[in-house]
Amino acid sequence: MAQTDLTIAGVGGQGSILAGVILGSAAVTFDNKFATQTQAYSSELRGGFAAAWVIISDDPIEFPRVTAPDILVAQAQDSINRFGDVLKPDGILIIDSDMVHEIPPNLKHLYKIPATTIARNELKIPVAANMIILGALCKVTNIVSRQALEKAIARSVPNGKEQINLEAFNLGIERVKPV
Amino acid sequence: MQRNKRVLTGTHFEMGNWACTEGAIAAGCNFAAGYPITPASEVANLLAARLPEVGGTFLQTEDEISAICSAIGASWAGCKAMTVTSGPGISLMQENIGFAVATETPLVIVDVQRFGPSTGVPSVGLAGDIVQVARGSHGDYQIIALCPENPQEMFDLTIRAFNLAEAYRVPVFVMADGFMGHMREQIVVPEEDRIELKNRKVAEPAETVLDRQDFLDVNVAPMPVFGRGIKAHVTSSCHDEHGMRNLSDPEVMHRYAMHPIEKILSHRDDIVRVQDACEDATIALVSCGTVSRCARAAARLGREEGLNLGTLRLLTCWPFPDQEVRVVADRVDHMLVLENNTGQLYPYIKAEAAHACRVSFLGPQTLGQIHDPRYILSHIKEIIQ
Repeated sequence: MAQTDLTIAGVGGQGSILAGVILGSAAVTFDNKFATQTQAYSSELRGGFAAAWVIISDDPIEFPRVTAPDILVAQAQDSINRFGDVLKPDGILIIDSDMVHEIPPNLKHLYKIPATTIARNELKIPVAANMIILGALCKVTNIVSRQALEKAIARSVPNGKEQINLEAFNLGIERVKPV
Repeated sequence: MQRNKRVLTGTHFEMGNWACTEGAIAAGCNFAAGYPITPASEVANLLAARLPEVGGTFLQTEDEISAICSAIGASWAGCKAMTVTSGPGISLMQENIGFAVATETPLVIVDVQRFGPSTGVPSVGLAGDIVQVARGSHGDYQIIALCPENPQEMFDLTIRAFNLAEAYRVPVFVMADGFMGHMREQIVVPEEDRIELKNRKVAEPAETVLDRQDFLDVNVAPMPVFGRGIKAHVTSSCHDEHGMRNLSDPEVMHRYAMHPIEKILSHRDDIVRVQDACEDATIALVSCGTVSRCARAAARLGREEGLNLGTLRLLTCWPFPDQEVRVVADRVDHMLVLENNTGQLYPYIKAEAAHACRVSFLGPQTLGQIHDPRYILSHIKEIIQ
């Protein structure tokens, strides 16, 4: 049974949970896989902790919690502090290198992308950082197909904002680098 | 997404609370009342948007007491009615849950359970209301409560709850929790004509109420729905088969309490559903709700290691599946009861099973966080040594 457990974590306002929802939606709706998505967030509107957990599988998912992810996406230093130690030893860590500066030692699979500066300086839309992150995730892991993610993004963002979000997604695919 | 349709046929990736809402609409719900409470609020929000699209009404009331009273009133006006809340709201509704039982009112009550006691933790699920929904109102009565384990079943079992409420003229609970209510998974909504719906029997006009039996029929009396030109008397106080109040005749008192109980118990084979997956097992993991997924994962892991594990899942927790528990107890050596609480169904299971096999209980390692399958497995290895 091929199953991948992910944690996408950040702080409120970065869109970590929306990224998780789009990922699960793409897997189920366009890739014919099974997905379970859960989340937690603090009561602050912005700046508090936020995380989405996504399980993607070829078969129906039994245990629905992510306890030791195969993939951790960290959009903030806080995400490393909270989830760095439960990432599987051979797991993949993808960081927003603008926001994460201290990473756990001995990681075999580490990737970085300056999602925040790309979103802010090149796209002029800071809130698109999560789409850049999804692009990076797609390129590095391929757990959900590029086509499925593009379709899921297009129908999840506000009308008229499809193109800029897909551009952000493509920049994520192009710019993610192994460390 | 297509709107203004009663049944949103297709595959969706949505929250359990969305599935519950769409299950209600697909079941023909046309009245809902509620007061916002995490983790149930999405159901109320979505019903407020969806009901007007299908000709129904949503009423946000000033509190949960008013919400259940409104739903009871709407049911007596012929609506398929529901209310939705979490544990603190159920506590407030208890008096009128008894009223709905006593007046034989079809009603669906969705409980998206959260961590208690009291206001507790709004967003964390806990199966803390399992007993309070069955025993929380005063007096002696039976209740129907269904236990989904995922968003798909929040759709399926909400429909079933409406069907049971209509078929038996009773309040029916859907026992979700915050974890599955806020969880997104694939939800398959079938074609409209593939959804079987049941509707209550409605009383025919008669000269007087004494010419009809409006209440206390073990096989369900037709309901004298208001607004259709017939007169009826409805009271929660002790009444006879015609609805006439009677506080003096011990035989009437007996029937007033016993017949609604027998109505449920004599039809228990139609109501009770379990999933028995412990054909050749020596240890049965018994559970309901979200925890059933942990039990199934643990049983699979255990079987991979050569342990003879099976699962018994209670899709109906009330009326209690006594016969089904006994059948499995006679087959296995040990029943391990798993609940995301400190053991609410455990005494009921033990009462049915302990004569035939060993019965023990395991709560989650951290209350509210459901059992990690590996934690269940390591516990099993300890108890079989």
